[in-house]
Amino acid sequence: MDKVISVSLGEIALKGLNRKYFEDELISRIKENLKDIGYERIYKEQGKFYIEAQEKDFDMIIDRLKKIFGLVYISPCIRIDKNMGKIEEASIQMIGEKLSNENIKTFKVVTRRIDKSFPIKSPDVSKEIGAVILKEYDDLKVDVHNPDIYLYIDIKENCYVYIDKIRGYGGLPVGTNGHGLLLLSGGIDSPVAGFMMAKRGVKISVVHFHSYPFTSERAEEKVKKLAKILSLYTGPIKFYSVNILEIQKELNSKCPEDEMTILSRRFMMRISERIANKNHINALITGENLGQVASQTIEGISVINAVVNIPILRPLIGFDKVDIIDLAKEIETYETSILPYEDCCTLFLPQHPVTRPKLENIEKSEENIDIERLIENALKTMKIYNI
Amino acid sequence: MEVYLDNCATTKPREEVIEEMLHVLREEYGNPSSLHRKGFNAEKKIEEVRENIGRFLNVSSDEIYFTSGGTESNNLAIQSIIDKCHKKGKHIITSKIEHPSVLNVLEYYEQKGYEITYLDVDSNGLISLEQFRDSIRDDTILVCIMLVNNEVGSIQPIDKIKDILRKEKSKALLHVDGIQAFGKVPVNIKGWGIDTFSFSGHKIYGPKGIGGLFVDKKIKLNPIIFGGNQERGLRSGTENVPGIVGLGKAVEIMEKNYEKESEKVKRIKNYFIKRLRENIELIKINSPMSEKCSPYILNVSFKYVKGEVLLHYLEDKEIYVSTGSACSSKGTEKSHVLKAMGLSPLDIDGAIRFCFSYENTINDVDYTVDVLKNSVEEIRQITMR
Repeated sequence: MDKVISVSLGEIALKGLNRKYFEDELISRIKENLKDIGYERIYKEQGKFYIEAQEKDFDMIIDRLKKIFGLVYISPCIRIDKNMGKIEEASIQMIGEKLSNENIKTFKVVTRRIDKSFPIKSPDVSKEIGAVILKEYDDLKVDVHNPDIYLYIDIKENCYVYIDKIRGYGGLPVGTNGHGLLLLSGGIDSPVAGFMMAKRGVKISVVHFHSYPFTSERAEEKVKKLAKILSLYTGPIKFYSVNILEIQKELNSKCPEDEMTILSRRFMMRISERIANKNHINALITGENLGQVASQTIEGISVINAVVNIPILRPLIGFDKVDIIDLAKEIETYETSILPYEDCCTLFLPQHPVTRPKLENIEKSEENIDIERLIENALKTMKIYNI
Repeated sequence: MEVYLDNCATTKPREEVIEEMLHVLREEYGNPSSLHRKGFNAEKKIEEVRENIGRFLNVSSDEIYFTSGGTESNNLAIQSIIDKCHKKGKHIITSKIEHPSVLNVLEYYEQKGYEITYLDVDSNGLISLEQFRDSIRDDTILVCIMLVNNEVGSIQPIDKIKDILRKEKSKALLHVDGIQAFGKVPVNIKGWGIDTFSFSGHKIYGPKGIGGLFVDKKIKLNPIIFGGNQERGLRSGTENVPGIVGLGKAVEIMEKNYEKESEKVKRIKNYFIKRLRENIELIKINSPMSEKCSPYILNVSFKYVKGEVLLHYLEDKEIYVSTGSACSSKGTEKSHVLKAMGLSPLDIDGAIRFCFSYENTINDVDYTVDVLKNSVEEIRQITMR
């Protein structure tokens, strides 16, 4: 009797001809995530992946697996030969382990006979194993409608017995759906936006804008820490760090104060597009959320969009702040996001920012600005880190 | 060119201190509580330091207890005195400009039902002795005033406190946070009637993680940390022998160089003020300009400049300073000291603390003022639009 961890795939099973590609991507993500913990073997058997590893590492491995997109359920299983005696033994052990941890009164056995050469039909396996469990554990009863636990028996090449089905996030393996450049500010929203798009299979790179020495090195360190947390879900992240102080100074001296935020954001988009084009990135990702702050109005977003051709994905556009905060807590970026360091936007924040900017006005304000030179200078001093 | 002007946050340990500590770490690693010779040798080392510090502070060596540093010393004194005197009363007097390691402990006791009087300070950061006298009550058990303020350097009239208490027939004990004063300004523990006095190693070119508390022999305090009864039962835990020896070395050198170094620092500070006034407009010196200020501390506001931004401009040129105090400046909270001194929000936002050491030179000052001038002008171009 061996213990293994099974992993069920979600939408990937629907992907038809591309299925092999998605599965390969997923396997490489699993391997990468478990590299430092260590495992013996990963193999596939009729629709599920199985991971052989040391039992003492199971909790840690399951925790990592939960962060891999494309997985729907994770179950610790007992693997045995296809043999009723072995199945009985494994079932008794599995139930026994569960009983020692939880207060369980009722159960139901669910058998799936995928290998039809196995001589006993599924309902009969369930019935027989159910009877054995009842005999072994006096206090347990069968409840076919609403049991406390299900005992699953999958009969394939091997036979697997399991109870727990731990939920993963679902979604698609990172890297199967293009490559996005996430504008990561250090606030609560942008890491969540990155998480959302990564969940749909988008590989993530990060661009961070700062105004050192108007902002501190600790503020940048905090954003790197956020990227590090995000990378547990997305895999390694390339981190582009751009100083826009010169741009902000120029805007501050030559443009109307109330347009500062919109004008800075237009520069951020332009610079992000340059980075994207140069690095074969297909889209920008922002944490923008309609109506949250002055620049995040439909008019504001239109004026910001007007400077780039690349698509801008805004997965949080319709979220309420409380929901974003809940997600940020769930993915464990919240505590880092609320550390109190200045970001580049707050220092030049106008008293009364324009909320309904008109494109012609904004373009007029930019007339006296040497846009190209400012962008080039910012890119020249850009720093790149591997997170 | 690196200029370190954050010597109130911490100082660079002296070479002799490091060497002495390395020697102890390598050779004299015995546990002072062990019965064998290696333990006994370590014990002798720390007793020697205790003697030296006792002599330096003009108190008996068995009134000196080693702790992990200033914060622990303040906690030990305050918690222990409150524990001892709780039947006599529930009133404590302190000032609005104490260090967080005093204010936050007292706030904790305030929530538990103690009454705390927070004395105001004037624009020089000094308490009023009249207000102090008027605050004394029959149930006052403790007075907690720092000797040198860590943000602006003001020196409180500690010498008068005990006299006033006696005149008012109060038996309240006097705890003095001496962390920025120890080795930097004159202290007369016995003469001023101080009951407990805290000090720290890393503010006087010694190591971090070591400090001490003077406790007058007349009072018996209970511990707040329990264990193997080291430090005569007041502070359990295996003694930090390398730390204690490092502190001892630092005190020994300080004792020898005290006059010379403090004269030098005084000159540097005065020169700094002169150069600042000549070169930079719209500044305000927040430290008292009288004798009632530590020569080691200079707090200056640069109007229309955010202190933190200026700090990063300076750090970019390898000049290291603080806004407010280092212990609270990681957050974005405004300085409670400058607020209590009645500074305007504009002056609080633009405040920078320069703290000197014996190593600073006239060249350091010239370089710093040049960089300050350029940085302040650049920042004001943005903020004064």
